[in-house]
Order: sequence, then structure tokens, then C-alpha cells
Amino acid sequence: MIAGRQTGFGLALVALGVLGISGPSIADAPGAGGTMVEKPVTGEQIYRQICQACHLADGKGGAGAGKFPALANNPRMAVAAYPISVVTRGKGAMPWFSNMLNPVQVAAVVGYVRINFGNNYPAPVTEADVKQFGAPPPKPEE
Amino acid sequence: MDDINAPTRRKLFETIGKAGGMVALYQAMTSLGHAAETQFNGPPKLSGARKGSTVVVLGAGLAGMLAAYELTKAGYKVRILEFQGRPGGRNYTLRGGDSHTEIDGTTQKVEFSQGNYLNPGPWRIPHHHRTLLHYCKQLGVQLEPFIQLNHNAYVHNTDAFAGKPVRYKAVATDFKGHISELLAKSLQQNALDEKVTTEDKERLIEAMRGWGVLDKDLSYKSSLKVSGQRGYDQPPGAGLGGVPTPSNITTLHDVLDSKVWNTMSFYFSYVMQTTMFQPVGGIDMIGKGFAREVGHLITYNAKVSKIGQNAKGVTITYEDALTGAVSQAKADYCVCTIPLSVLSQLEVQVSDEKAAAIKAVPYSGQVKIGLEFKRRFWEEDESIYGGHSFTNQPISLVSYPNFNFFQKGPAVLLGAFASGANAYPLAGMTPEQRIEAALAQGEAIHPQYRKEYMNGTSVAWSRVPWSLGCCAQWNDESRKEHYQNMVSMDGRIVLAGEHASYYGCWMEGAMLSSIDAITRLHKRALEA
Repeated sequence: MIAGRQTGFGLALVALGVLGISGPSIADAPGAGGTMVEKPVTGEQIYRQICQACHLADGKGGAGAGKFPALANNPRMAVAAYPISVVTRGKGAMPWFSNMLNPVQVAAVVGYVRINFGNNYPAPVTEADVKQFGAPPPKPEE
Repeated sequence: MDDINAPTRRKLFETIGKAGGMVALYQAMTSLGHAAETQFNGPPKLSGARKGSTVVVLGAGLAGMLAAYELTKAGYKVRILEFQGRPGGRNYTLRGGDSHTEIDGTTQKVEFSQGNYLNPGPWRIPHHHRTLLHYCKQLGVQLEPFIQLNHNAYVHNTDAFAGKPVRYKAVATDFKGHISELLAKSLQQNALDEKVTTEDKERLIEAMRGWGVLDKDLSYKSSLKVSGQRGYDQPPGAGLGGVPTPSNITTLHDVLDSKVWNTMSFYFSYVMQTTMFQPVGGIDMIGKGFAREVGHLITYNAKVSKIGQNAKGVTITYEDALTGAVSQAKADYCVCTIPLSVLSQLEVQVSDEKAAAIKAVPYSGQVKIGLEFKRRFWEEDESIYGGHSFTNQPISLVSYPNFNFFQKGPAVLLGAFASGANAYPLAGMTPEQRIEAALAQGEAIHPQYRKEYMNGTSVAWSRVPWSLGCCAQWNDESRKEHYQNMVSMDGRIVLAGEHASYYGCWMEGAMLSSIDAITRLHKRALEA
């Protein structure tokens, strides 16, 4: 089972960049969708392409009927395992991103957030950390 | 079906019924298209609520208003608490004069001309969504066709045909023709003899010849006959110059580059098949229809903070978003339709299992962009009337208005409908940047874009303050572990909405969920 999960995570690597669709095929969706999204490499590129959609450009999060938590000045960034877990497993309204980002990318963006937006946790985050504390994407519904 | 010896359908059913009983009969009917269109069996027939029974409904979207509408008819005293200042929830339309504010306070003023609109969320209704169709009829919501499949719209792929858009009819015909040729020739060369009988082999070759428009040698080649499907260089005319000239087919290699099969298989999808409908004037006509019936029950600008219950009833704590005043609403029962993205952040007195379910389902973040142009160049210049052009760029499609054809003056098209990995980058942009992205990508399909552009409005569901996302995203594991706990009645509280259905991201799912929830609530109330 553990070996199987590891393989699953490896496959996510291969699938990168072609995952325009999410959710079940029965949802109202745009069809095949685009495949042209530039593959982000650095932590900052990943943050701009994905995270800031909800956590905003300044990492301060947003609010309405509920909140998107601030990543800025967030003591929960101190232990890398926490953001790694949230990025790969999701939490509440936030989806898992292990179907879009490989472990290297997850490490890059977690590392980026940990030294920006008022956070100061310079210890590097590695692919090995992500493989240890993260999770492969769940099986989507058919 | 033109075989005169074929039994009539009724005779066939009788025979099957006798031979295999009702189950076999039902299965046969289903396979012949006679049953199982939907799980909708008509509106709930609830009556005889106990005198003085009360229900508080949280959320004035379609699930909430349907619940209020039917429970009121059953005799309950109902009130609805709604976070926003309008009814409808994600059943939402933006028109000129409206404004749309995002979670960071960014506000767009919609500048569309009179009669034009953007449906940021739901926008099309399959013919088998009979719950929704039932209530549209009941509420007097006028429907018109939603042009889904348009053979004259484009397929665009940056890696095919030098990045030029091609007509769906041409490239789909070529895909079908090339594949038919390959299959027919393989059969003829006995390559598939192990797979098909001699009789079927002959029939299949004939089928490929006809379906693929192959010539006598089973080749797919440019001809007037092929042009009769993919379009002509010069279409048939009249008089001296009336003779048509055929168009040139594209190569198999180029057709594969275009990935046209994505478009073809999209139209095969159960929920995308024609006929589809849309309300005349905007999708929010459905919410407005419900609001005509139950609008007087709604308290607007009510931000719920706590959903409590005990043996005697439910107590909802909410704040008036305009005055800051905190109040409580009490009732015997609660139908909660608040999206899980929000509900998971509230204090809710339910079992640990239901609380876990509420926190287990993340939300998607689609992006739609409406662009207003000075004229309908897609109609006037390109003979495209409704439907979609698909592209492999992040905007994913350009979708044309399905009403007011041939009208002069400004019109709004859908310049992007992005989901998943395509949506987040657009959602993270400012409204101005999103418009620029939609124009830059869209002009690869329609060079008229820049010259004719007037204004645009975008909705990034990741940044919608009142829903914090678009639709619930279940997966195999969460469905197994949490679905039953999500929909179960927990004391005096039951959840409803698209998230509490197997029909996620559709209005039909929200409404089916609501009917199921209130039917169980009513049963429980009568048993209590």
C-alpha cells in the first residue's frame, strides 16, 4: 500500500501541465480546457499562478461569509510539515494541489511562503520533506 | 427500424416482460431510452404539517428557496436567512449597472448595454434536468434554446494548423473520414478477422464507407461529396457561376494535432447533449421566480455565525451585516444550504461525523469573463450563431450569445470559462489583467477582438465573498467516507445543496437535494 502511494505521487509528476480539468466529468465544465498554462518553476511563480487566487497577492487572505486565512505573518509556517500537508491534502474549502504540483514544486512554494510575507523561516524545504509529510492526490470521481 | 418484420416496441416489451419479469422489462426499456431520465419523480407532495411547526432555512439559493416554497405549502411557518442582499445565490446574472465585489474589496462596475448579461455561474440546462424544468414551468420562467453544438464554430489549438482556428464541421468530418478509412482498410486487409465475423466485417466496411464518406477504394479524399459535410471552397450557387468547388481535406496528422476528439466527445457527454435551454434574460430569472413566491420570507444581509440545536429546537445566531446587530432565529427545524466552504468555518452543533463531512469537501474556482463588443462580428463576419469555439488556451472557450440573433449594436460573449489549473492564474489577476488575457487569447480565434472591444467583466469564483468557491469537489474516498453523513438528518438539522448530491455543480443537483432533504424533514417532523 505504501509503495502504491509512492507510485501515485510519481505519476502526478508525469501528469503535470495537462490537468486542465478537475472534478467529475459530469460537472458543468468548459470541456477539455486549456493546456497552455505555463509550468511554474520557482516558488514565487507557483504562488502567483495558484495561491494568490485565494490568499491574495500580499498573502493576507480575504474575507466574506468566511475567510481565506492569511499566510502572511503566520506562525503555522514555522514547521514546514504543516503547509506541506495542507497544500497536498487540502483543508476545508481548499483543494489538494498534489494533482497539479509535483513534490519539487510543493517544496518550492512552501519554501517561498516561509521566507516571505513577513515570515522568517529560512530552513530550506526539500522534495524529500514533501514526500515524507505530503500525500498523493485522491482518486477523482468518474 | 424500417425492417417490416421487426416486432413493434410494445410486442417486444411484452415478450421480455413475460420471459424475464419486471426487472428485465425495466432494463430493456431503459436501454431503449424509455426510462430513468432523472431521479425526479415530480414535486414533493408534502402536506399536513403539525400546527405551528416552524423551519428556518439558511441560504436563499435555489435549494433554500425550493425548500421554503414546498415547506410553506405543506403548512410550515418558514423564514429564510440570506447572507447577501439579493435572492438566488450562485443562480446569478450580472447586467449593466450591477457591481461585483471580490474578497479583497476589488469592485467591478458592469458596463454592459441594456439587455446584455453575463451568467457567471450556471448558464445552461440539459433537457433531462426535469426538476429544474418543472420549477421553471411552475414559476413562469420563460426558457429558450441554449445553442450547444454549433458545427460552424471553431476548434483552435495553438499547436495545429499554424495556430489558425478551423471550423468544427471541417475538422470533425476529417477526423471521422481518416479513422473510417483506417478501419475500413484494416478490415479489408483481414487485419481484424479475429475480432469480427465475416458478416459483420462486410457490414462494418459499408458502415465506414457511408459514415466516413469514403470513395470506392475506401479512401478519404477531397470531393464534392466530402464537402457536403465539411464545407466547400465555393458552395453551390446559381446561374452561370453556380458550380460548387470542393474544399481540401486536412491530413490525419494535422487533425490529430487539433485534438478535435475532445470537442466531439464533449458533445457526447450526458449533461452536454442537445437540447439545452437557458432562461430568457439571464439565469437569475429562476431565482427571481422563486423569490416571487418566497421573497417575503427572506431576511437579507444576515451573516450566520452559529447553528445550535437541542431537544426542543434550533437556534441560529446571525449578524445584520449593515447594522452589526446580532440576533437569534429559533425554529423547530433547520434546512441549511450554506456552501461547505463557508459552513465549515461556522460553529455548527452536529455530530462529529457530520462535522467531519462538512470539513471534508473542497471547492473549485472557475473563472468566467464576459466581453462586450460593438457588434456581433461572429455572426456578421463568420456566420456563428450561438454555441462554442474551443481552444487549448487557458480561456478554454469562446461562447456566443444564444439570443437576439442578427441584432445591431453591442453584444456580450463569454470570453473565458476556465477551470482547474487554467482558472487559478486568471483568478489571481486583477480584473484588468483578466480582460487583457481574454483579449490576447481570444484574438487568436477572432482577429476582430481589439477593434470591436468595449468593456468586460470577470467573475473568479475563488474570490466570491459569499460562496468562497464555485462547487463542491468530491472524490472517491471522501464520497465513501462522508457522503451519507453529509446528507443524513442530524437531530433537527438537514443540509441541502449541490454539495449534498451526486449531481454536483448543477442546479438540478441542488434542487434534487432540497427535495430529498425536506421530504425526510417532514417525515421526521410528523413522527416526532
